[in-house]
Amino acid sequence: MDALNVYAAKMAPQQESLANGHRACQGCAELLAVRLVAKTLGQDFIIANATGCLEIVTSSYPHSAWKVPWIHVAFENAAAVASGVEAGIKILKKKGKYPVDREIKIIAQAGDGGTVDIGLQALSGALERGHDFMYLCYDNEAYMNTGIQRSSSTPYGASTTTSPSGSESIGQVTMKKNVVEIAVAHDIPYVATASPSYPFDLMEKVRKGAEAKGPAYIHVLAPCPTGWRLAPNLALSIGRLAVQTKVFPLYEVVNGQYRMTVSYKNHRPVADYLKPQGRFRHLKEADIAFIQQHVDSSYDRLLKKIEMSEG
Amino acid sequence: MAKRIGIEVSLAISEAVKLANVDAIAAYPITPQTHIVEHLSELVADGELQAEFIPVESEHSAMSVCAGTSAAGARTYTATSSQGLALMNEILFIIPAMRLPVVMTIANRSLSGPISIWNDHSDLMSVRDTGWIAIFAENGQEAFDLTLQSFKIAEDHRVMLPISVNIDGFTLSHVIEPHEFLDQAEVDSFLPPYEPLVQLNPDKPVSMGMVGIPEIYFEAKKAQDMVLIESKAVIKEVFKEFGEKFGRYYHVIESYRTDDAETLLMTMGSISETAMEAIDIMKDEQGRKVGLIRLRLWRPFPHEELRELLRGVKTLAVVDRAVSFGSPGGPVATEVRSALYNSENAPYVASFIAGLGGRDVTIEHFTTMVDMAERMAEQREVHEYKMIGVRE
Ligand SMILES: Cc1ncc(C[n+]2csc(CCOP(=O)(O)OP(=O)(O)O)c2C)c(N)n1
Ligand code: SF4
Repeated sequence: MDALNVYAAKMAPQQESLANGHRACQGCAELLAVRLVAKTLGQDFIIANATGCLEIVTSSYPHSAWKVPWIHVAFENAAAVASGVEAGIKILKKKGKYPVDREIKIIAQAGDGGTVDIGLQALSGALERGHDFMYLCYDNEAYMNTGIQRSSSTPYGASTTTSPSGSESIGQVTMKKNVVEIAVAHDIPYVATASPSYPFDLMEKVRKGAEAKGPAYIHVLAPCPTGWRLAPNLALSIGRLAVQTKVFPLYEVVNGQYRMTVSYKNHRPVADYLKPQGRFRHLKEADIAFIQQHVDSSYDRLLKKIEMSEG
Repeated sequence: MAKRIGIEVSLAISEAVKLANVDAIAAYPITPQTHIVEHLSELVADGELQAEFIPVESEHSAMSVCAGTSAAGARTYTATSSQGLALMNEILFIIPAMRLPVVMTIANRSLSGPISIWNDHSDLMSVRDTGWIAIFAENGQEAFDLTLQSFKIAEDHRVMLPISVNIDGFTLSHVIEPHEFLDQAEVDSFLPPYEPLVQLNPDKPVSMGMVGIPEIYFEAKKAQDMVLIESKAVIKEVFKEFGEKFGRYYHVIESYRTDDAETLLMTMGSISETAMEAIDIMKDEQGRKVGLIRLRLWRPFPHEELRELLRGVKTLAVVDRAVSFGSPGGPVATEVRSALYNSENAPYVASFIAGLGGRDVTIEHFTTMVDMAERMAEQREVHEYKMIGVRE
């Protein structure tokens, strides 16, 4: 399985809707993921982008990295703006005022902060209303654009600029919010987790999400060398470790049915994932054991859902 | 011309929106705006209006959805009041900056706290500097007519800015008034279909809402201010065309019995109707040289027209329906004073704040304000503002 996921660049679509020359940090896995998404979607898609790293590094006027229609309005409303674009095009097509022969996919994209915290309400509203769009959360586990502040997607024990580790604190004291399950609870046709470290898995999910009739939600783990205090050349391998250690399992939920899309027979200890990252540097063995326990039990719960789906 | 029918003003506005053949409506309920959007959702449900009605989960999302529909090229409408407008605030700034011609009715209402659902102009004043064109209607007919004209103004390629049509909550939104509707053919002869300048379309990709680095932000803001100021000419043009076509004429400032007047009252919104009665009494029964001007266009502020109208006037009593906390006057009066400051023979400007949170403004209040203004003008009293009708 692992071997199959080795990325062979030539096997990916050649088209690029995200131009190079954007301003992301070296080794940014978020931009890599976005590039893969754009390759998969081709040309017939429109993006509503939330404020955040992705917006800033790709759209500094007069330079835009986007070869497809792209709109940014504010931080917390990508899902609402996408709802509007979707509804607008739908009615214009009905009235014969927009090219009807094209299937145009509407994409909303945001960081974890713009999704799981301030944007959660707009996301829930858009999923509930059933707009035909795909929401991509690029989860780099903190507010990176404003300087690495914690979000509710920051994992337990990570040190950030607003959850610093110190003599009285381990850093982030809460567990990562499970927004994937919140998306599933909306009973939408397609939900998945994905990672740029598994490009073909990611592209396949983007394709499925785009084909789904109705809302799709894909939660992409996007390692951020800058915020995770990680050497830039390690972003992709840390993404693989996240999966190999069960920290970020890759699965999909199609019409409520769970399925693991990348599985390993033997998992590595969570310490292998934590140790290379500066944000976890302060953790003690006992802390790591505690995190291991939590990772195991979360993973077991996921396995149960998968078993139930398999009936 | 169609016949006169009695109908609630909110519903008349919905009919205007329907006649404008809007493509998309995104809204969230808040009293007293609710009847407008309820009726629109019915029209869509009954197939009388072919549009997307998007019942969002908050006003912040309502305005965000409007950004999306409008950027997609759809004629877009919403309505709100008070807390709802306040929640939209962030996005209100972005809509004109992106040149999206959204039309919104604001059923004006006070803001919390304490929570109050009743009418005044606090909500609009709190979004004064967001860059929207802001127009006031004082009766149902005006609300109907101005809603239709707003689409034409907003979508004019020389303008491409959003517009709020303001109506007083309850005192206007919920009353039944006679309206003269236009029929579809008449509306179609006046309001052409919306032709977006740019549109989200893969055939011609554009990036909208990009980062404004310091090298460009200032210029972008200057351009935005210029286009708002210059929209006044288009507004007047549209008012004129509407008048010539349908016989109902609108002006950026309306005058009522101002000939030979030495003292003018200045109002905005539906209290103007009571003010007119007060003027009639003062003129006809007391022989006083008074008159009334009603500000129709709040943004862009019609300062040139104001200076012109005030030529020869000695005293101006401005009636505000909102407090600008800590300011030297009501928001309209402060604006008027600064518009007049360097002009010669400017009248004495008295600032009054009345009718907050649904408190009635009566004929007696208006005569009191005129009396006070004339007395203060005579003594050249330096004053900030006076509150009228408040218990001390
Ligand atoms: C209403 C509002 N609050 C705060 C901000 C400041 N802000 C801009 S981007 C950002 C962080 C974005 O974090 P995230 O969504 O996780 O995306 P990332 O930059 O990490 O990719 C914040 C807090 C804002 N733009 N708007
Ligand atoms: S801060 Fe992180 S997410 Fe943002 S551009 Fe840099 S590497 Fe990418």
